Amino acid sequence: MSQQASEREVTMSRAMVDAIATEMRENDEVFYMGEDVADYGGIFDSTQGLLDEFGHDRVMDVPISETAYIGAATGAAMEGMRPIAELMFTDFLGVCFDQIYNAMAKHTYMSGGQVSVPMVLTTAVGGTYNDAAQHSQTLYGTFAHLPGMKVVVPSNARDAKGLMHAAIRDDDPVVYMFHKRLMGLGWMPAPEGPKTAVPEEDYEVPIGEAEVKREGADVSIVTLGLHVHRALAAAETLADDGVDAEVIDLRSLVPLDREAILDSVRKTGRLVVVDEDYHSFGLTGEISALATERAWDDLEAPPERVASPDVPIPYSRPLEQEFLADSEDIADAANRVTE
Amino acid sequence: MLTADTMRDLYDDVVTARYYEERLQEEYLEGKQPAFDISAGPIPGELHLAAGHEAAGAGVCAHLRDDDTVTAPHRPHHVAIAKGVDLEKMTAEIFGRETGLCSGKGGHMHLYDPDVNFACSGIIAQGCPPAVGAGLAAKKRNTDAVAVSYLGEGAIDQGGFFESLNFAAVHDLPVVFVVEDNDWAISMPQERVTDVENAADRAGGFDLPGERVEFDDVCAVYEAAEDAVGRARSGNGPTLLSVQVHRRMGHFMGDAEAYRPDEDVERAQNLDCIPRLEDDLRQAGVSDDELMEIREAAEQRVDDAIEWAKDQPEPAPEATYEDVFSNPPQGRPMAAEQGGDE
Ligand SMILES: Cc1ncc(C[n+]2csc(CCOP(=O)(O)OP(=O)(O)O)c2C)c(N)n1
Repeated sequence: MSQQASEREVTMSRAMVDAIATEMRENDEVFYMGEDVADYGGIFDSTQGLLDEFGHDRVMDVPISETAYIGAATGAAMEGMRPIAELMFTDFLGVCFDQIYNAMAKHTYMSGGQVSVPMVLTTAVGGTYNDAAQHSQTLYGTFAHLPGMKVVVPSNARDAKGLMHAAIRDDDPVVYMFHKRLMGLGWMPAPEGPKTAVPEEDYEVPIGEAEVKREGADVSIVTLGLHVHRALAAAETLADDGVDAEVIDLRSLVPLDREAILDSVRKTGRLVVVDEDYHSFGLTGEISALATERAWDDLEAPPERVASPDVPIPYSRPLEQEFLADSEDIADAANRVTE
Repeated sequence: MLTADTMRDLYDDVVTARYYEERLQEEYLEGKQPAFDISAGPIPGELHLAAGHEAAGAGVCAHLRDDDTVTAPHRPHHVAIAKGVDLEKMTAEIFGRETGLCSGKGGHMHLYDPDVNFACSGIIAQGCPPAVGAGLAAKKRNTDAVAVSYLGEGAIDQGGFFESLNFAAVHDLPVVFVVEDNDWAISMPQERVTDVENAADRAGGFDLPGERVEFDDVCAVYEAAEDAVGRARSGNGPTLLSVQVHRRMGHFMGDAEAYRPDEDVERAQNLDCIPRLEDDLRQAGVSDDELMEIREAAEQRVDDAIEWAKDQPEPAPEATYEDVFSNPPQGRPMAAEQGGDE
């Protein structure tokens, strides 16, 4: 009975908000800034209900001035506060990129370790609803490529909460990228899976630990975010065809759990990396290289990459469908490496 | 007082835009009711409608030629209509069709019509620097073309806007910045995020004229824009114009506006530029029958465009890989190289 009470199923957004509220209750120095995060509760429900409990001073709607408020979060963090700043869509990064990668990410290093920047930058990622080239990107690779920020990407409610606790408590800047399609929004139905049982108590999902979502012997499918669910669906299809796929949810890009990836590849001998981000110069290349460099002898086939082509995201339905990988694309790739 | 002919043209623009938005709303909600699912129905993606903004589109664009440039924000349809963007192709684009303005790749926030030098974008204040660039090109080439950049009152806090004001001012460029002040930036009321009530005051620190049109009165906008565009065209530099408009709907379709007081919704409904212009037209001697004729013709044009657009084919999936470059690199096509359909 008490087990049930403390393990209720919640949406991913609810789980994130749970963690933020707990941290705000426990530490007056935690506050949230962003566009439409107060009265609206976040366009993607990322702050739903926080205003009622904490008021406008701690859940701050800000002017449409990403350079100013994300830079201000960095400044407040350097003073020792623990701000959370939300960039509504990751695509808007261009407006404020300098404050992110030249300031937030680098102050610790440039100061020879004297300064730390304990802030969280939350941002919504992902397509699947035809919002076109300026509102659908994932940009995992862009953030993960530039040193100095930890980067986490939850795929379900349990991880969303645990990673948020870990991110807020971390003394480094953490970029927390949440996929719109996983949030449990009324107007954008989520696939089966992201809504999970979540403990009432607070807990951390350690930043830098991947999770094996499904054990398998024949091929390792390594992915994150929305595509964890697509990979799990692909694994079901593959199982029907006699291919036993292992599915790894990275959960964190920086640091990257290289051991988990290598352990799996050494076991299965085959690798498919799946990413919603662009194909070139991104995480599919990174992880394929890791496997070929460090598990060459165990590989029975060259790794396959399933990613978005290097084109801006098109608007029209048939074009976006062509652009985004689905379970079928993942299963096809797995079939190719296991042939 | 404007001539009756000028007012008739303005009326045509505003009623076309209003009816267009009403029809788009209808089409958009098809398949998304009763439970709103953004990815269902014939029009994909987000949709930002501009009902209540029409005066700012018509009143300014009435002074523009095809070779003048307009950059519009995420709420672009009324400006596009006033600028003379091809209505059929624009509609086909919004429906994601192959024969749309941008072959179905752009969508409603990314409409481009080079024939009339129109572009828009979904990133706040992103249109300001390109308008400065168009003004710069006109100046370098010694033409008298002008550029107009539209933005919301929420966008006046954006760095790109400030930098553009300064650049245009210091180089005396033929640019008019038009702020459409509808009091709201999604859920953020202006007073919570900006300390100046009048966006035109932003001109002060840049040594350029700033002017405000208090009511969404098409004729008043027309007159203010006449000065601003005239100043630009005659080589006398940029102007910042702020126009009071009203948001008659949610920020985007599906926005329940829980954050917005009922009185404010009501206020916006009551301050409508269309009846106001109708009164002016009647005073200028235009009959109700004539107004009805203009409206009916506009509605017919819109209905035809929507019907045409819905009949258009969707793009073929292979088109995904085309148009990344104007001068595509040699070699294997992107799809084959990247594990797409081979
Ligand atoms: C750089 C950037 N930040 C945030 C957004 C999200 N956004 C889209 S519209 C909008 C509000 C714009 O308000 P305003 O400029 O007043 O125009 P309105 O929508 O009222 O016409 C915001 C914050 C964006 N598109 N681009």
